[in-house]
Amino acid sequence: MATFHFDFVGPERTLYSGEVEAVQIPGTEGEMTVLPGHAPVLTTLKVGVITVTEKAGSGKRIYVQGGFADIGPNSVTVLAERAAPIEEVNAGVIDKEIEAAELARDATEDLEKREQLNGQIVQLREAKHVLGAN
Amino acid sequence: MPSLKDLRNRITSVKSTQKITKAMQMVAAAKLRRAQNAAESGRPYAEKMSATLGNLAANLVGGVGAPKLLSGTGDDKTHLLVVCTADRGLCGAFNSSIARLAARHARKLASEGKTVKIFTVGKKGYDMLRRQFRAEIVENIDIRGTKPVDYAFASEIADKILARFDAGEFDVATLFYSQFKSVISQVPTAQKLIPAELPSTDGKTTTGASADAAMEFEPSEEAILTTLLPKNLTVQIYKALLENAASEQGSRMSAMDSATRNAGEMIKKQTQIYNRTRQAMITKELIEIISGAEAL
Repeated sequence: MATFHFDFVGPERTLYSGEVEAVQIPGTEGEMTVLPGHAPVLTTLKVGVITVTEKAGSGKRIYVQGGFADIGPNSVTVLAERAAPIEEVNAGVIDKEIEAAELARDATEDLEKREQLNGQIVQLREAKHVLGAN
Repeated sequence: MPSLKDLRNRITSVKSTQKITKAMQMVAAAKLRRAQNAAESGRPYAEKMSATLGNLAANLVGGVGAPKLLSGTGDDKTHLLVVCTADRGLCGAFNSSIARLAARHARKLASEGKTVKIFTVGKKGYDMLRRQFRAEIVENIDIRGTKPVDYAFASEIADKILARFDAGEFDVATLFYSQFKSVISQVPTAQKLIPAELPSTDGKTTTGASADAAMEFEPSEEAILTTLLPKNLTVQIYKALLENAASEQGSRMSAMDSATRNAGEMIKKQTQIYNRTRQAMITKELIEIISGAEAL
């Protein structure tokens, strides 16, 4: 099967780079799977899991939190703000994040910020659900 | 003339100073390697980020409602100078050259009748600028324990700057840091933060498609730009901090290297004087004994 180049870059270092067959990306507007020859799209990411398929049956799963994906005709670049291999993330870690976000929300007076944090909490809950299902 | 004991004391003290500078040099060399690695592995992110933003901005050119972070407030009365230095000294001209560049910039802006505000990161820059620009300094953050610098620290600084920008406290922000060229060359640099300075794209996107190729945006182009621009600010600051960390260690390494060499030279000179004095004393004593014996 055809492949394309996939780069996964975190602020501190490049986390993944190589030829892949498919990548599943948690876009803010919805999950999407990118196959070779995808139309160019630029999308922001929500909290979730990126699934990289190197070839049928073998791949990697990476937990991301915010960032964006730049999908071009023959390569995909994901710039993640925070990322970790899926093995290092469990429901407990996300629970802590949710708690921190809730505390921050209750502490702030700024309505806009509250709204933003609320969105974040919803996303975190979703991510927890996804993780729990596996 | 100093006595033999004085000379001996002086040599021992220079020797122990040399030991310290030597140790500092070696520590700096080890830290430099780490800082250099961090700076290098952080580069792809910053590059991809500004390339993507460059594309977006190019598509948006002339577009109404470009975010203020990109187009500026349409004014340039009040300038914010973000001066990044180290917390510690003993690293050659590293801190002072950044501070000097910032001070020169501030004076030039002031002479043009503009208001200057200074935001310092790192203790040394604050100490140096405080003398001349006490009234202008609006905030200072120490780097303290956050070592090695991490992304969270950069985003903390970016948030503070953004909060001030949103409050309309300044129109233009410039970042001062030292660019790491090599161990012996670090260039103090001024970089425009707000309005964002983006690389001009020659119609190429990061992924090799031409900019006119219909690119889809999820959510809208404007929404992406508004989330990306503050992130870009963080990334630029993070990059500056990493470059600074590498520059600081490089600068310290070469400063301590020459200090060690100077100490070595001084020891050589002092030892020579010490030996000569000792010889002179022996000769003098011999002469005294011989002339005493002859007088009998």
